[in-house]
Amino acid sequence: MSRVSEILRTMGARVTNWVWRLGFASRFFWLIIAHSGTSFRRFHLIIREVYFAGVLSLVIILVSGLFVGMVLGLQGYDTLVRYGSSEALGVLVSLSLIRELGPVVAGLLFASRAGSAITAEIGLMKATEQLAAMEMMAVDPIARVVAPRFWAGVISMPLLAALFSAMGVFGGYLVGVRLIGVDEGSFWSQMQAAVDFREDVMNGVAKSFVFGIAITWIAVFEGYDAPPTAEGVSGATTRTVVTSSLAVLALDFVMTALMFRGV
Amino acid sequence: MTIPRGKVVAIMGLSGCGKTTLLRLIGGWLRPSVGEVRVDGEVVNHLDHAALFSLRRRMGMLFQFGALFTDMTVFENVAFQMREHTALSEDQIRDLTLLKLQAVGLRGAAQLLPSELSGGMARRVALARSIALDPMLMMYDEPFAGLDPLSLGVIGQLIRRLNDALGATSIIVTHDVTEALALVDYVYFMADGAVIAHGTPDDIRASKEAFVHQFVYGEADGPLPFQYPATEYRQDLFESVH
Repeated sequence: MSRVSEILRTMGARVTNWVWRLGFASRFFWLIIAHSGTSFRRFHLIIREVYFAGVLSLVIILVSGLFVGMVLGLQGYDTLVRYGSSEALGVLVSLSLIRELGPVVAGLLFASRAGSAITAEIGLMKATEQLAAMEMMAVDPIARVVAPRFWAGVISMPLLAALFSAMGVFGGYLVGVRLIGVDEGSFWSQMQAAVDFREDVMNGVAKSFVFGIAITWIAVFEGYDAPPTAEGVSGATTRTVVTSSLAVLALDFVMTALMFRGV
Repeated sequence: MTIPRGKVVAIMGLSGCGKTTLLRLIGGWLRPSVGEVRVDGEVVNHLDHAALFSLRRRMGMLFQFGALFTDMTVFENVAFQMREHTALSEDQIRDLTLLKLQAVGLRGAAQLLPSELSGGMARRVALARSIALDPMLMMYDEPFAGLDPLSLGVIGQLIRRLNDALGATSIIVTHDVTEALALVDYVYFMADGAVIAHGTPDDIRASKEAFVHQFVYGEADGPLPFQYPATEYRQDLFESVH
């Protein structure tokens, strides 16, 4: 009997702890928003972080985009040719990338490349008392350290997703048209005719924007909340990648369902 | 506990006796559950965010391991507060920063990164950074911990010289007895979060209080036992591993 109550108590403690953290994270989000004015007035702080989060993620994003597009070209052709509609390859490649794979895969890569780096950096700054020193110098670390990184992530993510999709379409073109020999004219013209700017492109951008907010919010919170020890920072970095990847997938389903038209 | 203006005061005691907590109370980081902390006539624990931040601009703090910003050069570290809090031109900031670095003897290291500095140098840069805005109150958290004898002497001299030159007040939290007693004007001894003895360095050296005596002369056993509390030794050895 005591064992059962022990288990119940442990579970209860976990749930309470989880709710507490969620509360802290939400409060932290509002603090970031409230302190964003300073970062926007001193935009060079954000630019610097865009370099670290965005520009340094370019290689992995572009290379992955190219390969995902090339695989889509191969697999898509394989399926389409059975129905004699291989000229629709351009439509298949571009719609899958712009609506789904671009934002989601770029988001997952961004979480593991930039999100983990943000968490580790803020966590280590906390562990080495740099954040404490800053606060003691009457400079708010949320305004000076956290908010610029948050906004840099929110700005970078849609741009990276767009580049991922563009590279993917190019990869699909290389494999479909150059390698397999799908008609070049119909590849591009069918793509242009089928892809709608508002329904497809803007929805993809909206997704990547939301993913950008979710990933960087989780990354900066985990870093700021990390226990100031080696295990603390490594645990926080892992949690950033796991939580933000799950958040991207869950949010993707919710947003796809909201955008679904059924035609 | 009172810390008079213009003096260098040491707060001594074992690790974990509440010394750093005391600095955090003065800096307005923690709020006391009872009592109050007054700095320059203002009650720190009743200040709102803006008033606390404006008070902190008149305080400097040297952290135990320097806490330099690792993504900035030595120069940028020292210039940080001037850039954040003043409307000085870049030219003026450059001159002031070089002055501060010259005072700690590291003007030549201005373009190095914190990772390229030795422990003693990093501590000196952190010192230059904490006096950037000429604070009225300087707080030092274990300024002597982990330094070689040479750097130790240099830091000790700098603390005294800067205090007298700036007309500031300094609080040094430390357990380095010889270094501190040679340097300060007054000493407070703490144990378990309470002051147990205080006086000038000479009073402390001559103190009859058993704990202070043990601490000052570094004796291994005394009122403070060598052994961490444990079960009976013999019983512990005879106990079998299940």
